[in-house]
Amino acid sequence: MNKRLIPLIAFLLLAAFFAKGLFLNPREVPSPFIGKPAPAFRLPEVGNPVKTFGPEEMRGQVWMLNVWAPWCVSCRQEHGVLMQLQAQGVKLVGLNWKDKDREAAALLARLGSPYLSTVEDLDGRVGIDYGVTGTPETFVIDKSGIIRFKQTGPITEEVWKEKLEPMLKELAR
Amino acid sequence: MKQWIMVWALVLAVPAWAGEAQPVGEDPKIEQRLNVLAEDLRCLVCQNESLAGSHAELAEDLRREIRDQMKQGKDDKQVVEYLVARYGDFVLYNPPFKPLTLVLWLGPLFFLLLGGFVWWTVLKRRRAQPDDMVNTQTRAEAARILEGKSE
Repeated sequence: MNKRLIPLIAFLLLAAFFAKGLFLNPREVPSPFIGKPAPAFRLPEVGNPVKTFGPEEMRGQVWMLNVWAPWCVSCRQEHGVLMQLQAQGVKLVGLNWKDKDREAAALLARLGSPYLSTVEDLDGRVGIDYGVTGTPETFVIDKSGIIRFKQTGPITEEVWKEKLEPMLKELAR
Repeated sequence: MKQWIMVWALVLAVPAWAGEAQPVGEDPKIEQRLNVLAEDLRCLVCQNESLAGSHAELAEDLRREIRDQMKQGKDDKQVVEYLVARYGDFVLYNPPFKPLTLVLWLGPLFFLLLGGFVWWTVLKRRRAQPDDMVNTQTRAEAARILEGKSE
């Protein structure tokens, strides 16, 4: 092999690594929770604080914990998709994260709620227990309460078709 | 006389200089520990800022959480473990040495050794080249030029 080609090959290799790095999403941090039990909590429901909810109530079912907030723009964007999912029978629980202005109940009444239950995490502590860095984030939780997947950013139809739907089907078996 | 009184008044006023403003209502020891620790932790929202320097809301929440844990008597290591369990190694600016980070820690050393090896082989090859002939040739050339000049 021509020795003169070595620098060119080294350069191309380096360029390939840089190009790959340039197109990675720095927001997609691997979650340390994959394969671990969903942290326990008990929080009051939005609009009905007498009633509380905890993840252990979903034992035996495959479900998704959707972390959202009324002030979050991309949550509004995924709301339509979530409504479709609910119509298909997907079990969603909402975690209303740091909703200081308490707008969630009114918003859900206006736009419709895709959730079986929406709970209020006013000071964001449960969010921290789930390693939430921003909204929306969605955790896929299996029948035995183990977190199987975390979607950072809104659930689009593509994300649903390509990642979540096959996974939920697999887990529901 | 009046001037002297002024001078003394100024001298006596020196101890009145106060230290830096302390955060109100917090234990200064814990605040200091928090600041030192948070320098080495990444803010997860604005990813190039430390947890100490960030004004992001999540950073404030996490500082509150760290503060609470310190008040409960947890040491720095326990606090870091708490954060790593939730946010992963990504939260650390000083990544731990483990199989996954092997390339990160040993990569630079590998490239240094590789460079040293290349340097050494190039030197060796150069030394092995017979340069006597070049020398006699150039010497003759030099002598010719010098002679030509002296004439």
